[in-house]
Amino acid sequence: MTTTTQAPQIPTEVVTHAPVQDVVLPGGAGVLALVTLDNGKDHTRPNTFGAESLAELQTALDGLRARAEAGEIQAVAVTGKPFVFAVGADLSGVPYVTSRDQAVESGRAGHRAFSTLSDLPVPTFAFVNGAAMGGGVELALAADYRTVSAGVPAFALPETFLGLLPGWGGCYLLPRLVGPANALEVITLNPLSQNRMLAAKEVVGLGIGDVLLEPADFLEDSLRWAAGVLTGAVTVERAPVDLDDEVAWDAACDAARKTALLKTAGKAPGVLRAVELVRAARTASREEAFAAEDEALGDLVMSDELRAGLYAFDLVQKRAKRPAGAPDKELARPVTKVGIVGAGLMASQLALLFARRLGVPVVMTDLDEERVAKGVGYVHHEVDALLEKRRVSPDQASFLKRTVTGSTSKDGFADADLVIEAVFEEMSVKQQVFAEVEAVVPAECVLMTNTSSLSVTEMASGLAHPERVVGFHFFNPVAVMPLLEVIPGERTDDATLATAFAVGKRLKKTCILAKDSASFVVNRLLGRFMGEYSRIVDAGTPVEVADRGVAGLAPMPPYVLLGLVGPAIALHNSETLHRAFGDRFHVSPTLKRVVEAGKRGYYATDERGRPVPDPEVEALREQPESPVQLTADEVRAQVLGAIAEEVGLMLSEGVVQAPMDIDLAMITGAGFQFWNGGIVPLLDREGVSERVLGRRLLPHGVASVPA
Amino acid sequence: MPRELQEVVFVDGVRTPFGKAGEKGMYAQTRADDLVIKCVRELLRRHPELPKERIEEVAIAATTQIGDQGLTLGRLAALLSGLPKSTPGYSVDRMCAGAMTAVTNVSSAIGVGAIDVAIAGGVEHMGRHPMGEGVDPNPRIVAERIVDESALVMGKTAENLHDRFPRLTKERCDAFAVASQRKLAAAYEAGKVQAGLVPVATRHVEKGWGLATADEPPRPGTTLEELSTLKTPFRPHGNVTAGNAAGLNDGATACILASEAAADELGLPVRMRMVSYAFVGVEPEVMGIGPVPATEKALAKAGLTIDEIGLFELNEAFAVQVLSFLDHFGIADDDERVNPWGGAIATGHPLASSGVRLMTQLAAHFEEHPEVRYGLTAMCIGIGMGGAVIWENPHHTEHGKDA
Repeated sequence: MTTTTQAPQIPTEVVTHAPVQDVVLPGGAGVLALVTLDNGKDHTRPNTFGAESLAELQTALDGLRARAEAGEIQAVAVTGKPFVFAVGADLSGVPYVTSRDQAVESGRAGHRAFSTLSDLPVPTFAFVNGAAMGGGVELALAADYRTVSAGVPAFALPETFLGLLPGWGGCYLLPRLVGPANALEVITLNPLSQNRMLAAKEVVGLGIGDVLLEPADFLEDSLRWAAGVLTGAVTVERAPVDLDDEVAWDAACDAARKTALLKTAGKAPGVLRAVELVRAARTASREEAFAAEDEALGDLVMSDELRAGLYAFDLVQKRAKRPAGAPDKELARPVTKVGIVGAGLMASQLALLFARRLGVPVVMTDLDEERVAKGVGYVHHEVDALLEKRRVSPDQASFLKRTVTGSTSKDGFADADLVIEAVFEEMSVKQQVFAEVEAVVPAECVLMTNTSSLSVTEMASGLAHPERVVGFHFFNPVAVMPLLEVIPGERTDDATLATAFAVGKRLKKTCILAKDSASFVVNRLLGRFMGEYSRIVDAGTPVEVADRGVAGLAPMPPYVLLGLVGPAIALHNSETLHRAFGDRFHVSPTLKRVVEAGKRGYYATDERGRPVPDPEVEALREQPESPVQLTADEVRAQVLGAIAEEVGLMLSEGVVQAPMDIDLAMITGAGFQFWNGGIVPLLDREGVSERVLGRRLLPHGVASVPA
Repeated sequence: MPRELQEVVFVDGVRTPFGKAGEKGMYAQTRADDLVIKCVRELLRRHPELPKERIEEVAIAATTQIGDQGLTLGRLAALLSGLPKSTPGYSVDRMCAGAMTAVTNVSSAIGVGAIDVAIAGGVEHMGRHPMGEGVDPNPRIVAERIVDESALVMGKTAENLHDRFPRLTKERCDAFAVASQRKLAAAYEAGKVQAGLVPVATRHVEKGWGLATADEPPRPGTTLEELSTLKTPFRPHGNVTAGNAAGLNDGATACILASEAAADELGLPVRMRMVSYAFVGVEPEVMGIGPVPATEKALAKAGLTIDEIGLFELNEAFAVQVLSFLDHFGIADDDERVNPWGGAIATGHPLASSGVRLMTQLAAHFEEHPEVRYGLTAMCIGIGMGGAVIWENPHHTEHGKDA
């Protein structure tokens, strides 16, 4: 697929071939026809199934059917190329599917080919030698038996993560193999949990694979095992699945549905449909079930949610790796030592991240010994936690503890190549810090600011070398959130900017170039969103109604999110934006009172950690003289309208390079949803951008079904 | 510290089926290191009684130590085979006698008590690494006539042997080759060879995965008439042909060696006991004669005579060099004690791997022939050497008594 705004060109399919070789099994077990899936590329371009690939597999299996009937072969097995079994449907063609019939037919073609394997008159095996996802897993499920290499790095049915569902047999075969609860863990739960994948051991643990074999001689062992199955030397034991226990079956489906609703607010169609297919699998015939999968594929492939999901997937897979607007990476300077001004929580997180990812000395400075000790202590504590979780080895832990040091003097910056400040968010303080740093550091040292809202240009203005200052805005928690906003000031030179992008990449962050403007990208748009939401609630709409209006937009309701961010930070952000842009950005009087009262959020938590209304906060709420109660739909229209207006302004001001960067930022920096494509496709889909801006932001077909 | 010497025993050996080198060979797209790893894995699979951490050395031979045969192959093969990180390893090169040298090296270490259990083997993927790949011969070799120029081309050294021993005619060589093919075919027919083979999954981008379960080079049913028509590539109107020489092959071998005490302790089978070994240099341009002085030295060390050797596993690099050995010791060309399952002319000779094939096969012969007390494995070695190892049959009634 493509994320450019030019007319899309249909890509040529990378065909996964299906050559067959006969293997004489040991122990007189007969001849096994071994089908290899191989697209002729290395592991970086895994096997996928497009139309031509399915046709080749179909032809191979049809040939084997004839040979099996003629008694020439006694078994059939399918395996992959090195490190890859198959990763499912070739989704690169989806943007060019323009009719529902095409989508349904792609479902049928997969079912036909995989069922041909299932229906062979000899025992069939899948030797899952490497990564298996989606249709790859479903092909394995179509076989009678499965061996799994302990080296399989990922095994998953990730379809519902994108807004699709396992439509080549997965919703039927898997629950009937391992029961509805295990099946739904793989089909719905894992995809909705940051698209979690199964490790090889879990595949066998769940009963999906019959045996786990070591990678060194996996194929030889699989063939030996298959021979054992044929001769009866190996008995395959599986936990029975009770198809008559309607109550338990439905309970598992109800539970999965409830979780899905909680995580998606019902806005992602694929996952709910998948649950219902699993529910029906208990009683449906294979033909009925597969036909239902075909129909579901027809509906979902033609849904804007799936198109948006694929668009989002492409953003995080491809655009994230090549930041738009970044200068030539050859200009980047090496970084062999890092200085950090400040030893507070943010600074300490940065210290650990730089030390882990760059492997260079990191010096933290602060005003007094106590703060310095606290910052270094934090790093040591976190390193110990990593060691405990075996995320680092004892040697690595020892290195990290020694490489992060602290001081009350900035003398340690004298040979630093990069100094980042993470001090109090106040222009005069930051300017002074940079002046002090500049007095110590070498001429080419890059100075970074982790400001979330202040002007980089202004911060650099008093320096002898403002060209080496760049904004480097992390999101909290630093170790978890993938986004990094890179902000050049007016005078920032290319070498500095290139260094920032190069460092961002080594920190394994998704870098986005943002213009030096108030609160940059995520905080500005999130600020507008939260402001508009607060404006509505402050005017008298109940929170429950407002939450329904914005359901499925952010990963959690706004006031829950606010508790996570911290009311003081949220207030500061809204005030900054209000100062910069005026009344578009609402500063909530309730929020002010919450901050003054020292509350840590709008909610208290109950004994199970769930947010519940806090009576003290309720007492602080704005009580309008004449309350205005909006409906959920009205809330949605107003909030999305505000967001669309802000997106339009950010694009015209050049805050980002393209609408795609707004989506990439909101997905990686604020956890916005794949099935909304972040935010812009949702604005287009619901007609908000046309209503507010008079135009779509992305052409039809880029993140939606082509018109 | 007084030193106590240990007896060394051969526990078990396996090999991959041997393939034809080149684009069309079955291992064309299979890595060399993977071949030897399959052998190590098979030994572990066959001997669950041997705890992995008891393996104290992995010595793997390869003549061309480049690419997938480089990088301290013994150590990497150990790691990639799932042996513990505490198991060390190294690479060995003595050209064709690489695996034989790996065996004698680790046996020596066992003998002096430095270690108790080791794996030794060899690999040569002559398709991926043709003989002579990347070599840079010192110009002094030619300038100072250190060796004859023909010494670096093995086929020419075989022709030189014909010159030295005119009675070793092409006809005798061809007859020996036909017998080699016939004996291997019979051994396959009887299911003897297969027992020592490791099935290997063969990778091929266009053909898909396959499984190698038998040698690719053999040409059963080869006749004298067919051989008489073959070209003599090393000399016009010469004697050496593709039919009376080993070919260019891919394959790997590995075996377990242990101290007798460790074998007893762990319950490892004892299939041979090492008696003596020797490597001796000869004129490089007639390297094929090498096994003669090597065997004489090994016999002398053991206090044995050639008459006491009841079974011979001689590597058939060239028929003429095997015949030169037999002639020297007065053994008939068709003596049935010699290469009972045929030899490298039929199975193939992936250079550095072949030594262990000889030993694995001798061990099998010992089991069939308890009346034989001593056996010999011997081979010629490029650049003018020979290697010989004498083994004692544990199934013989006199085994273990004073030799």
